[in-house]
Amino acid sequence: MAAKKSTRNKLTEDESNASRRDFLKKSGLFTALALAPPSLVMASEKKWDEKIAEYLETVPLSLEVNGVKQNLNVEPRTTLLDLLREQLHLTGTKKGCDHGQCGACTVHVNGTRILSCLTLASMQQNAQVTTIEGLSKGKKLHPMQEAFIKNDGFQCGYCTPGQIMSGIACIKEGHANSREEIREYMSGNICRCGAYHNIVDAITEVKEGGMLS
Amino acid sequence: MKNFQIIKALSSGSAVSSIAKENSAMFIAGGTNLVDLMKKNVVAPDKLVDITALDLKKIEFLTAKTSIGALAKNSQVAEDKAIIEKHPLLAMALAAGASQQIRHMATVGGNMLQRTRCSYFYNTDMPCNKRVPKSGCGAIGGSNRMHAIFGASDSCIAVHPSDMCVALAALDATVLVEGPKGKREIKFTEFHRLPGNTPEKDNTLQNKELITSVEIPNNNFTKNVHYLKVRDRSSYAFALISVAAALDIQNNTINDVRLAMGGVAHKPWRLTEAEEFLKGKTISETIFRQAADLAMKGARGYGDNDFKLTLGPNAIVEALTIASSK
Repeated sequence: MAAKKSTRNKLTEDESNASRRDFLKKSGLFTALALAPPSLVMASEKKWDEKIAEYLETVPLSLEVNGVKQNLNVEPRTTLLDLLREQLHLTGTKKGCDHGQCGACTVHVNGTRILSCLTLASMQQNAQVTTIEGLSKGKKLHPMQEAFIKNDGFQCGYCTPGQIMSGIACIKEGHANSREEIREYMSGNICRCGAYHNIVDAITEVKEGGMLS
Repeated sequence: MKNFQIIKALSSGSAVSSIAKENSAMFIAGGTNLVDLMKKNVVAPDKLVDITALDLKKIEFLTAKTSIGALAKNSQVAEDKAIIEKHPLLAMALAAGASQQIRHMATVGGNMLQRTRCSYFYNTDMPCNKRVPKSGCGAIGGSNRMHAIFGASDSCIAVHPSDMCVALAALDATVLVEGPKGKREIKFTEFHRLPGNTPEKDNTLQNKELITSVEIPNNNFTKNVHYLKVRDRSSYAFALISVAAALDIQNNTINDVRLAMGGVAHKPWRLTEAEEFLKGKTISETIFRQAADLAMKGARGYGDNDFKLTLGPNAIVEALTIASSK
């Protein structure tokens, strides 16, 4: 009963959020037009405002995140990182630099590691996304997560989700055959605490243990 | 980031026609550079045409040449077994660029079109003739450690940041493009341009042409090749200087040679004079040094990057030495 109620509440909340967003969007547009110089008012007479409104529109997006199908609406400019964190509340994937320089936002899309901060969500139609939240099976951690804990592969932990996603891919790609190769193919994941040595230990352990099927 | 419209193109023809009419429309594929530039408001297109569905991802080995689709991913090319065998210089250069995550996203066409990493170009509070024509150049007289020593102008001393392009310039590649006026081919060494008075133009594409593929003629540079990249850290950094060296050696004599540098000019810098000098010579450190001195003719520093005048010839000698001893 309680579960049912919370589901209903959630729906209502989502609906109210949606309508609030629409209101803000429309009122924002009206405010913009009210303050607009004459040239823009002329633009509105020529129905250019419809085009302006078009830019504010969202696009429908279907994709699968950690095995769960999601049917969403996103602004074209929304990055996959912001979609995961802000819309789906999967905050395990971290925003470090937000400019493709640190690797904290690394996730797998269709089995390949990529940077979610430089990926437009609107271009990921029907993609299969895996984030750090999608690795464990119930309460059983992924072997790479276990290895990071065992080998002290982190200090502050902020880069860790990206390191783990990248480390799994590094092995699957066949680039974990030596410590040098691991370092080279993990170079897109920066760790400011400097846990690199232990990160390489963790990846080596998983690779040598044949723990990834 | 300013919002924009996004549409997906289903053919190269429709991609070209949907972008041709709109001033502020751009193609997007990997997005590794464009999305970053949009976040920094360096570019702010009203419309993006997503070209990732186009059938331009194939790597094909034809009778006299290799054809690489513009949408082939950097990692796909770098790790293609036949590319590693036939064009190891290209594979090495690609593997030296960016990080594996970025190589998985970035396309060959996009790599060619990436903008300079000059910090004044990226910082919209600073003057930059490339970003805002006639606004001035912050790098001349400013922090210019990464900047050009060849072919720069009073307007711009930025460098092209690509590693892949240095190898393609060395390997006499050709760029195939499609535009509103049809298809044409551009020699790779003429694809990127020097800044002159119009540094806002990085390349010789016209009317929003779309790159469809890159072709490399068959060659004998399968063994004695090396891509040397000198940078501030050992991986995942742009080149201070890079050298692509390809040698065809028979009986210790240089039968044929290709040389190009990265991180030194507004375009991949082909060293044709040094190549001519080396042809027919017997391998020795002395002739490598002489070739390097020839290659550096006309180089000039701008202060912070004066070290490149010494690093440059040393890197050329090093790359030739490593390539010839493989």
